[in-house]
Amino acid sequence: MRLEKVFDFLASLKLSVVVLTLALVIVFWGTLAQVNMGLYKAQNEFFRSFFIYWQPQGATWKIPIFPGGYTVGFVFLFNLLAAQIKTFELSVKKFGLVLVHVGLILLLIGQLATDMLAVESTMHIREGEAKNYSEMDRYVELAVINTTAGDRERVTAIPQDALTHESEIQDPSLPFAIHVRHFYPNSAVTQVDPMSGEKGVATQGFGPQVSVRETARETDMNRRDMPGALLELTTPQGSLGTWFVSLWIEQPQHVHVGNQEFEVVLRPQRLYKPYTIHLLSFTHEVYPGTEIPKDFSSMVRVQNPQTGEDRQVRIYMNNPLRYGGETYYQASFDTDNKGTILQVVRNPSWLTPYFSCVLVGIGLLWQFLVHLIPFLKRKVAL
Amino acid sequence: MKKFLPWLVVGVFAAWVLAGLLPSTEKTFHTREFGQLPVLRDGRIQPLDSVARNSLRQLRNRQSVLLENGKSMSATAWLMETLMKPEAADDLKVFRIDNDEVKSLLKLPVGEKYFSFNQLRPNYNELSKEGQRIDQIDSKHRTAFENQTIKLYSATMLYQRLKVSLKPAGTDDFAAELKDYEAAIGPGAAAVSAQQQGKSYDTNAFDTIVGFLSDYNRAAQFATGLFVPPTNPAHTHQDWKTMGAVLMDAVRGEPLPPAVGAYAAMVSSYRHNQPVEFNQALAKYRLWLDEKMPAEVRKGRQEYAFNFFDPFYKATVIYVVALLAALAFWFTWGEWLRKSAFNLVVLAWVLHTIGLAARMYLERRPPVTNLYSSAVFIGWGSVILGMVLERIYRDGIGCVVAAIVGFVTQVIALNLAINGDTMEMMRAVLDSNFWLATHVVTVTLGYSAMFVAGLLAIIYVIRGVFTSSLKRATADGLSRMIYGIVCFATLFSFVGTVLGGIWADQSWGRFWGWDPKENGALLIVIWCAVILHARWGGLVRERGVAVLAILGNIITSWSWFGVNMLGVGLHSYGFMDSAFKWLVLFVASQLALVAVGLVPLKMWKSFQEEADDAPLPTPAPAK
Repeated sequence: MRLEKVFDFLASLKLSVVVLTLALVIVFWGTLAQVNMGLYKAQNEFFRSFFIYWQPQGATWKIPIFPGGYTVGFVFLFNLLAAQIKTFELSVKKFGLVLVHVGLILLLIGQLATDMLAVESTMHIREGEAKNYSEMDRYVELAVINTTAGDRERVTAIPQDALTHESEIQDPSLPFAIHVRHFYPNSAVTQVDPMSGEKGVATQGFGPQVSVRETARETDMNRRDMPGALLELTTPQGSLGTWFVSLWIEQPQHVHVGNQEFEVVLRPQRLYKPYTIHLLSFTHEVYPGTEIPKDFSSMVRVQNPQTGEDRQVRIYMNNPLRYGGETYYQASFDTDNKGTILQVVRNPSWLTPYFSCVLVGIGLLWQFLVHLIPFLKRKVAL
Repeated sequence: MKKFLPWLVVGVFAAWVLAGLLPSTEKTFHTREFGQLPVLRDGRIQPLDSVARNSLRQLRNRQSVLLENGKSMSATAWLMETLMKPEAADDLKVFRIDNDEVKSLLKLPVGEKYFSFNQLRPNYNELSKEGQRIDQIDSKHRTAFENQTIKLYSATMLYQRLKVSLKPAGTDDFAAELKDYEAAIGPGAAAVSAQQQGKSYDTNAFDTIVGFLSDYNRAAQFATGLFVPPTNPAHTHQDWKTMGAVLMDAVRGEPLPPAVGAYAAMVSSYRHNQPVEFNQALAKYRLWLDEKMPAEVRKGRQEYAFNFFDPFYKATVIYVVALLAALAFWFTWGEWLRKSAFNLVVLAWVLHTIGLAARMYLERRPPVTNLYSSAVFIGWGSVILGMVLERIYRDGIGCVVAAIVGFVTQVIALNLAINGDTMEMMRAVLDSNFWLATHVVTVTLGYSAMFVAGLLAIIYVIRGVFTSSLKRATADGLSRMIYGIVCFATLFSFVGTVLGGIWADQSWGRFWGWDPKENGALLIVIWCAVILHARWGGLVRERGVAVLAILGNIITSWSWFGVNMLGVGLHSYGFMDSAFKWLVLFVASQLALVAVGLVPLKMWKSFQEEADDAPLPTPAPAK
């Protein structure tokens, strides 16, 4: 009996209206919040969250004050499912509504899947260069490269999550342990003035020459955090000293342990592919006599040793390359027009919106005509 | 007699429209033919008349100049003066300044609105200093004064660039000067090369050529618009050049294209007030163009015809008349008025359609490419809906809606046009006719429907509260209209929004990115769903749907304009200061109407007989 009531509540139109109104508020609020917070942060706080929190300036605590996008999305999903189960009826008059709601359910599930599964990265290639990996903009990794063995380098990549915990990291392939003394999510790095007597942040590598200041996280969509980490490397014999790695420092720093040579560098997290992409040429066209961009396009060559493929493709605006389960879009370019930046997206559920659009569109049209035609007939008869 | 009146009314207006097409002859300078000459500007071939109109819009928000003697000067006539006799153009009051602080910066009288360049000249340094300072400020953070100052500053820059676009500064008799220049090139080039090698050289020849070149170089750097067409048969848009650039090229031994001589002859005869010689030179140049680049000439002529016929302006006038007729019908219930109103709406809509089609043909684009054209298209779609409603219900409501939305969207479009060329080229990511035709058109039709539903709701509330004319049958009819139009809006907004997502997936790699414009479209879809479900669930009835539909106006206007003003996201087209003020006023007015709509039914002038006894009947089940 009680379960029935819960079900009726879940399937009710009143709940639909409440949920839709909440969604309206969240979308509006979240859009306004982008002005100050930036798109990325507003997205996470309003749409990709179960609750929207209120945090007074400078406070360390926060309280939930409004349901977030996930909560509303899930309730909406249950509401749709329950309503479909409760009122399901296959008739000409209602078939359109069934299509609409099934389409919406598909859309919601598809977007949830996108949120969970999609991976975005970028591939920056200069003309004449080739790459077999893309880089994550918002994640870094600590690469420890063993350069002793001569021509074949062995790379140990430590992901950002392991660094943020500021703990001790051990890897059987490394003769030393890495203690993350401090992780800077975003930082500014400056050269130490030797005359001032100021000390550098670390004892080894570039450490003595630079000082670091922790800065607020970037919220602007177009700018990225510049993380850094202060590391202490230890062997069973004792400490080797401290190193400071940062996205600001692109050059690798050297570590000697016995007769082994290593390089450490903090870099955007890499996603390797079983194929390479060469940039043959990049073109940036403008309309004559203006600065208005007409087209950006990258002529690339895809080489895949596994399949024996070796072909040329042009990637340009509104015409991405879909290859190997990933999609390559023309996203940006170097200011000297000699390099391209491709956005690389892996999204297994990319087709769901296409299906759901077709379903809902047909459903709405169906419903519209089912009412309009008899109405017009009546009017004509009058 | 009354039977023919509606046809007579529409006949009069049709005659007025057609009268605009009658040919007329020009006695002195052939301004019209000059206005048709093609140039390459803003990345596209356009007639000089479009250059003139777009420039004037930026300078004074209008497409013509009002002279001090009360006469009007056509855009092309003004452009001819500016290009060929700039010292005289400097006295024409073409700069509109509204802001008193800007006037005081330039020490101008506060009581006036239009100023000549010569009036700005004494304190131009102040303007230029401020303009350069403000240019560094992010447009989001500019004050009203700063916005107006930079607007005036860019207008003066544009004006000064136009002044050197055809005739180099300091040139008087261009045709004669051209001959001197050609004669000076040989000895001048020899002198320059000798000077560079440290040998003795002819100082006279050296000074002469350097004198020419310094003027021409300035013209090459500052000119706006590529006036000189290429001569090679296999030319592209890349080959068009500025007058200054071809004059500079001549010193390197390149022959001067025929256009230079032709324009020089026109400049000389214009300056010496010799219309016959001017018209001859113009005709000769047009003959050459006809032969060498028929496509560009055609484009120039067609766009000129569109500018000249100005179908949108004529449609706007007729919408106003139609509105008056339809409102008069509500007071007198003379059926001939309603029919006249309907006929006029149809006539205006035909003009509206001609304008839209002409723009699509000229641009080779779907109807909506920018905010300006979205306003025109929203009006067009709404008028169709209004006409359909009028055909079904025959109660004047459809006519009122069609005429109001038709008129208001034209006014909005006119105000959006002051930023310059409304047929601007599409930025790379937007350069896709397929998506512009599908996503943009459907979303825009969704806006149309929302505004029509909102306006119907306003009519419901105003007639219900302030008059007793809202009879049960009319109210039911209105309510059904609102409901039907909201259903239509749901269909178009949803499909349009999802198509937008799919376009985003195609060009940016994600279906949904919570970009403000995407969110705006989503809000409309959600709001439609709220209205429909609230009605089906019995949470609201007739009046409630009307109030919700008025709130829909706010959401739609926010989605159309408001999100662009946030200055964030991929769709932001810059902060629009003056539009913001209007948006706030609009939202306030809609909230006031919502408040009126929420007044208890007892206080409504209509429905008095039913308010006391029975509650409003619930609407028939929707499904």
